[in-house]
Amino acid sequence: MNIVVCIKQVPDAKTVRYDTEKGTLVREGVGAIINPFDFHALEAGLRLKDAYGGEVTVLSMGPPQAGNALKEALSLGADKGILLSDRAFAGADTLATTYTLAKAIKKLGRVDLVLCGKQAIDGDTAQVGPGLAVRLGLPYVTCVNALSVLDDGKTMHLRRVNEDGYDMLELEIPALLTVLASLNTPRLPSLKGKMRARKAEIPLWDARELGAEPGMVGLAGSATQVVSTWVPTFEARREMLEGSAEEQVEALVSRFKEAGIL
Amino acid sequence: MAQVNYFLTEEQQMIVDLARQIAVEKIIPVRAKLDENEEFPWDIMKDMAQADLFGLYIPEEYGGFAKGCFENCLALEQLAYGCIAVTTTFAASALGGYPILLFGSDEQKACYLPDIAAGKRLVAFGLTEANAGSDAAGIQTTATEDGDHWVLNGTKQWITSGGEAEIYTIVAMTNKNKGARGATAYIVEKGDPGFSFGKKERKMGLNASSTRELVFNECRIPKDRMLGKKGQGFIMAMRTLDLARPGIGAIAVGLAQAALDEAVKYARQRIQFGQPIISFQALQHMLADMATKIEASRALVYSVARTIDDGTKDTAKISAMAKLFATDMAMQVTTDAVQILGGYGYMKSYPVEKMMRDAKILQIYEGTNQILRNVIGQSLNKEYAKK
Repeated sequence: MNIVVCIKQVPDAKTVRYDTEKGTLVREGVGAIINPFDFHALEAGLRLKDAYGGEVTVLSMGPPQAGNALKEALSLGADKGILLSDRAFAGADTLATTYTLAKAIKKLGRVDLVLCGKQAIDGDTAQVGPGLAVRLGLPYVTCVNALSVLDDGKTMHLRRVNEDGYDMLELEIPALLTVLASLNTPRLPSLKGKMRARKAEIPLWDARELGAEPGMVGLAGSATQVVSTWVPTFEARREMLEGSAEEQVEALVSRFKEAGIL
Repeated sequence: MAQVNYFLTEEQQMIVDLARQIAVEKIIPVRAKLDENEEFPWDIMKDMAQADLFGLYIPEEYGGFAKGCFENCLALEQLAYGCIAVTTTFAASALGGYPILLFGSDEQKACYLPDIAAGKRLVAFGLTEANAGSDAAGIQTTATEDGDHWVLNGTKQWITSGGEAEIYTIVAMTNKNKGARGATAYIVEKGDPGFSFGKKERKMGLNASSTRELVFNECRIPKDRMLGKKGQGFIMAMRTLDLARPGIGAIAVGLAQAALDEAVKYARQRIQFGQPIISFQALQHMLADMATKIEASRALVYSVARTIDDGTKDTAKISAMAKLFATDMAMQVTTDAVQILGGYGYMKSYPVEKMMRDAKILQIYEGTNQILRNVIGQSLNKEYAKK
């Protein structure tokens, strides 16, 4: 089974600090980690590889330092990592990101399964998985938290968590899944894996390598425009009502009327 | 703030990071439960196997990494930062594996080392008996030849990972009249006829580690299970311990570091008399001594381990020094950590009481610190006689 796992390098929530005046993240001195959901996608891919053979390729779009996230994935057992990096990719929303990832996956040739985490902990959109599936013309199931492959090696039984419970679904590969943390417990890196990862070269694919159209990637290819960001102000007032119970109720009702609640 | 630089290679740092990750993610979350339930840490052993740690000291041809005493110490220190009971189980497998590595025949190495390196089978080392502790020459377990077999009779006591390990390297007497020179080492496997396990001991600490008797009752093992030559069992045991003792020093350093971290964290948060207690000089001086002694112990352990890896012969004295100094330090530092946390430190809801209970064994096992002082003293006597 040839598997592609898409991972994203995100700020380490444990070390993140906020600039409360500007309402932005302080990026300096913040550690970078693999998006936690993506670890579970990678683990799912590695387990399928252990059981059915094939290759696990890890894909990430990001600045050159995102190569470290790919190396970490290699230390866990992924076979190869590819970094999609180009100044032109900067500022991409999910529309441009899925375009870029899809270009890379098509370039890889035969892919049986694409795995993504449910969402990234920085953007929280949960759109890249489904968007990528549409661009690749693949069926997809989101929020998977149990997975088994039938004897034919291509039919999967999946449990998709929804707000009321879960759905049991059958899906044939090739397909795309986005996974939840409850799907599995990611493995630790091994010493062999770490040593291999240290020496590994991470190929870097830019826009030209992908044959990507300039207007489709990065900020230029993004439909989302961030006009401004701000921290909502929180104003709370407190007032103690006095008097008998009747007087207090009367006062409360009149306050509600003044505020337009009643 | 600058830290002492031990000039680790990138690969050594990798070993440190990996062992630390196991301590933080796998050991620390469950250590109190393992201690309370006296539960053998099989899940963590599997994690360590998957992370390749069991193969650190084993040659590459047997699936290991051919690393030395120093790399082993680096791993042990970080694992011990999590829990020394779990770490002892891991370290005991190396203690049992060293005699096969150092003195085994090519056939024995090919038979056992790949499984040991992969963490498929744990190893235990059996020397101690009820009447043979520091005085290993008092061993009463016997081995007699019977055709193609050796027949073992006797009981080993307080054997780490007894019952859980599948491979045992043990020492038995082949000639009682010769004393220590009449001892021979053997490999015994779980399931060998006449080999069983006695009761599981209940202990003051180190509860996640299994400590049991090995009982040999007309236990028949094939001839080719003898390790090295007849009569060399005692020397082999001593050389094994010389190689393993810096590792115990490293465990002590990791444990003490964990206790210091808890103590400083607490002292910075705990408010008494309107200020954090770390602002009081009495506590500052305690913490300063703890930190300084930990660093001194680490420096000694690392230096001794590197000296051993350089191929230096006759390391009994310096190995003993590394274990002695670091483990006495760990007992003191963990005791002081409990003192700094005060009443909270004595409670099971904080980790330092377990650290203090666990620390005590470090001064006792793999040679009591009194015996180690004898080793050092006798070495000095020999050294100065030559001058």
